[in-house]
Amino acid sequence: MASLIAILDLKGKPLIQRSYKDDVPSSYIERFLPLVLDIEEEGQQVTPCFSSQGINYMHIRHSNLYILALSKRNSNAAEIIIFLHRLAQVLMEYFKELEEESIRDNFVIIYELMDEMMDFGFPQTTESKILQEYITQESHKLEIQARPPMAVTNAVSWRTEGIRYRKNEVFLDVVESVNLLVNSNGNVVRSEILGAVKMKCYLSGMPELRLGLNDKVMFESTGRTARGKAIEMEDVKFHQCVRLSRFENDRTISFIPPDGEFELMSYRLSTPVKPLIWVEAAVESHKGSRVEYMVKCKAQFKRRSSANNVEIYVPVPDDADSPKFRASTGSVQYAPDKSAFVWKIKQLGGGREYLMRAHFGLPSVKSEQDMEKRAPISVKFEIPYFTVSGIQVRYLKIVEKSGYQALPWVRYITQNGDDYSLRTALEKGSTPIVQQM
Amino acid sequence: MSIRAPRKGENYELSVDLNSEYRDKRKDAIKRVIASMTVGKDVSGLFPDVLKNMQTDDLEQKKLVYLYLMNYAKTQPELVILAVNTFVKDSEDPNPLVRALAIRTMGCLRAEKIIDYLCDPLQRALRDDNPYVRKTAALCVAKLYDLKPELVIENGFLDQLRDMISDSNPMVVANTVAALTDIHISATSNQPSDSTSDPAVFSITSAILNKLLIALNECSEWGRVAILNALARYDATDDKESEHICERVVPQFQHVNGSVVLAAMKVIMIHIRHVRRDDLVKQLIRKMAPPLVTLLSSPPEVQWVALRNINLLLQKRSDLLSNEMRVFFCKYNDPLYVKIEKLDIMVRLASDSNVDALLSELKEYSSEVDVDFVRKSIKAIGQTAILIESAAERCVNVLLELINTRVSYVVQEAVVVMKDIFRKYPSTYEGVIPTLCANLEELDEPEAKTSLIWIIGEYADKIDNADELLGIFVDSFIEESYQVQLQTLTAVVKLFLKKPDSSQGVVQRVIAIHHDVRDRAYIYWRLLSTDPGAAKAVVLAHRPPISIPRTTVSPALLEELLGEISSLASVYHKPAETFVGHGRVGADSVQRKGSEISDAQKALQTVVAGQQAENLLDFGDDSAQDGQPSGLAATQILPSTPAAANFLSGTSANPLDDLVSIFGGMETMDTGAGSLSTALSPTVTSLSSPFEGFGGSSAPPSQPAQNAQPQEDLLGLF
Repeated sequence: MASLIAILDLKGKPLIQRSYKDDVPSSYIERFLPLVLDIEEEGQQVTPCFSSQGINYMHIRHSNLYILALSKRNSNAAEIIIFLHRLAQVLMEYFKELEEESIRDNFVIIYELMDEMMDFGFPQTTESKILQEYITQESHKLEIQARPPMAVTNAVSWRTEGIRYRKNEVFLDVVESVNLLVNSNGNVVRSEILGAVKMKCYLSGMPELRLGLNDKVMFESTGRTARGKAIEMEDVKFHQCVRLSRFENDRTISFIPPDGEFELMSYRLSTPVKPLIWVEAAVESHKGSRVEYMVKCKAQFKRRSSANNVEIYVPVPDDADSPKFRASTGSVQYAPDKSAFVWKIKQLGGGREYLMRAHFGLPSVKSEQDMEKRAPISVKFEIPYFTVSGIQVRYLKIVEKSGYQALPWVRYITQNGDDYSLRTALEKGSTPIVQQM
Repeated sequence: MSIRAPRKGENYELSVDLNSEYRDKRKDAIKRVIASMTVGKDVSGLFPDVLKNMQTDDLEQKKLVYLYLMNYAKTQPELVILAVNTFVKDSEDPNPLVRALAIRTMGCLRAEKIIDYLCDPLQRALRDDNPYVRKTAALCVAKLYDLKPELVIENGFLDQLRDMISDSNPMVVANTVAALTDIHISATSNQPSDSTSDPAVFSITSAILNKLLIALNECSEWGRVAILNALARYDATDDKESEHICERVVPQFQHVNGSVVLAAMKVIMIHIRHVRRDDLVKQLIRKMAPPLVTLLSSPPEVQWVALRNINLLLQKRSDLLSNEMRVFFCKYNDPLYVKIEKLDIMVRLASDSNVDALLSELKEYSSEVDVDFVRKSIKAIGQTAILIESAAERCVNVLLELINTRVSYVVQEAVVVMKDIFRKYPSTYEGVIPTLCANLEELDEPEAKTSLIWIIGEYADKIDNADELLGIFVDSFIEESYQVQLQTLTAVVKLFLKKPDSSQGVVQRVIAIHHDVRDRAYIYWRLLSTDPGAAKAVVLAHRPPISIPRTTVSPALLEELLGEISSLASVYHKPAETFVGHGRVGADSVQRKGSEISDAQKALQTVVAGQQAENLLDFGDDSAQDGQPSGLAATQILPSTPAAANFLSGTSANPLDDLVSIFGGMETMDTGAGSLSTALSPTVTSLSSPFEGFGGSSAPPSQPAQNAQPQEDLLGLF
């Protein structure tokens, strides 16, 4: 429950604000940034929620903006923080980018959205697809007044009735993102697969869909045996269209989909993953003159697959200069803003192994702060037609009362998650950090 | 006509345009007015002009005018009345969007004059056949209650809301529940504190319970949060019903919205208390783990809220995530506030089986760039050593490696941590001492210095050149901060008692300026000169080893916070009364919650759990270890043990530490107790209430009347 929501620039100046309850005067918005600075000055951490003089400040960062909610009560912090993210997301979907300028240019519609998305501090409709049906940039051009779409209050709040397509089609994308952390001695310390089933739905009417996966728990509970491999998803999250109680009962994924693009479900597996792309670097640094890198990269997946758009980020000292590169494949660029060089390989075939060398100059005068930054090597990649977990869409049944036939298209892809990192850049001659055990 | 601003300037132009005969021009002018309002310019003077544009078919224009009204109604209360007609008319508009907009805005105007006109339209709106209007009207009742509660009661809106819980539309049910809950909260916090009657605005019966459970599966994500919050307030009649609620709520763990997941956790944590079937409890706890882990893939702010709540959940159910430590490993790009919470949880989850992975990870963090994070990681290594005895040696080895990096702040933090390891495992890692002493020159922080001095004093008999080492600190004695002075003083006395022959010179060189330091010097001197045996028993008394508590809040508070999972209270780990300004009422509501401890003690526990009181707690721990609760333990601070993170910081830096050790000695021997307590009284009284319990173990501190005389004696001795 928020009393007031405001979007601020980095200097703490409110760009737009909306008060939902009277108990917190808007003058408190201006106190936010000074408080943040005070906390920083005291050497403390600025956490997303803090309280000062009976007012609770809850905020998120979005590029160069603060989105802030104020409250006097013991509010639901999780709800408000997530709502702020949702607000940012809706504004992004409306204006493509959310920044100072797009806010100034669209203040009228932002006021409208803030009015519709929250009432008296309680979040209301936050689905941008539904909002777009009755709050549009072009509303005044319409001859007829907008009406609240049925969906706002419907039991099926995510889909309007009367949708028609000439060709009924569904596209399913199964995307798995791999997060992993490799220690300096080459062990995988942590790994997880974050999977998502994304849908593009072009179906008429109010179709009932049922999705079948090779879900181990489902096979076990129904006593059937799987043909081939079954996977064990550790945690599954569904779009609100999926009937949760049915899933809880018999693991059936049944739903009436929203129209267009949406994420149907996400899942997580923490089964150990072998690094799909292995990278290690030997570093030879001569303090005060130069530093050399030898980087090895290996594609550790089946030969018939291949990884596209591989980018390997190897960290270098902040003050490195005059780069020289030599690579057995792909191209290398220096990215001083990231204090790293990037080795880009358009296509990396399974089982292949490549080398590259880099040479940098170092300034002869060392700065006072001689603390070496030990950022890990990070990798970006995409492997099409492949999932690490082995998840499979067994069927997608589509039933609509008009009885049309619809075609489901399924595509699989595996990519890096936001944290695919290897701490394998080692000084030459130094032994890897041996575990003390 | 009211007095107008001069016929020039921006506002004048706007007012002309607002009265223009062209629609487009007027609308454009309204937009400019709103733009000015947005950047903080005062456009309240245009009120009458804007108001004229309220009657329009253009929905966007209407919204803009309404927005303007919401902002300035309070400053122009007598003009708002002019808007009433349009509002009432709009509330009967054929378009439900307009009807709802009128109701919603009227509730937000917060002007006395308009309130009386709100009741009739609201009455109609609550019965509207469009659910969109009904859901808006439901919240409007809460708005009205906020302004004029008597109007809500007179008009029977409350009963109407209660009926609406059975509405066919789940969104309406959700908003009704939200409104009733809101009114309930205001009603309970506004009523005079002496009245005992519960206003029972929204008491949830089992009939309502069933309706809520049905609506839960059908409504939008935010509606689910509202309904789950209401379910958390329900008192189950028996364990069967608790089980039923848990089983119905568990599917919500699969919801994609994290606040739904956390709200469901809250309901489960509350109702699981009454579940008697062990298998169900186990099953519920098992189902909680995966969604909690998934929350860690959310944006950092959400992660942080989740981590704070996970921290609480682990204090209640330490087995909850026992196999999941690795998911809390810090990512290189995590914001610092996330990393710090993760560290705390990682240490909580440490066990024999995963300690190796934990240590190698902590060691990795200790070489990162951010100083704060590095220090916290080193502290975490120390905590691990204290928690898991079998891993202590490995921890010490890692610390030694870190000391060898010779990075100043790493060395200093490691020294501080080593001191605590010595306190936990006395005389186990003496082999480390030379390495520590070799870095003596590097130390420039008082805390690190006091730690090293403490170690030297404690092991003076094992260190050949202890007198030399302490001599270095004695040389710079006057420049040192006073906690270093105190520690040096104590260490020198320890040295003297252990090696009287070689160190007499050092003792006599300690000159004290600070009053606390000087008083302590006198005490020691007197002790040493009257009865060296007694001095030995006091200064070198056996100290029970320290331990790290598994909880940071008292059991009663923990239960309260678990009932408020996902709220700010659970994020701050503080009871709501400490940051929500309810005054006396707040304290009352604590009692109503039936917690067994009194307010004063609760407040005390909060303070204790906070940052400042590490030392008090140290003592609490010590006596707990002893198994004989002393005066302090009897005040119930004991259960509220300190945050693991607080615990290691600055323990020895405070004179209390040594006070405590003296008192510890006194319990066993009576020699000189009288004079001691006299001399100590200034310090003791300054700490006031928390220490009142001391009366039990020693004579109540009297004013230091004889102070003057001993002072002369002592001076003579010098």
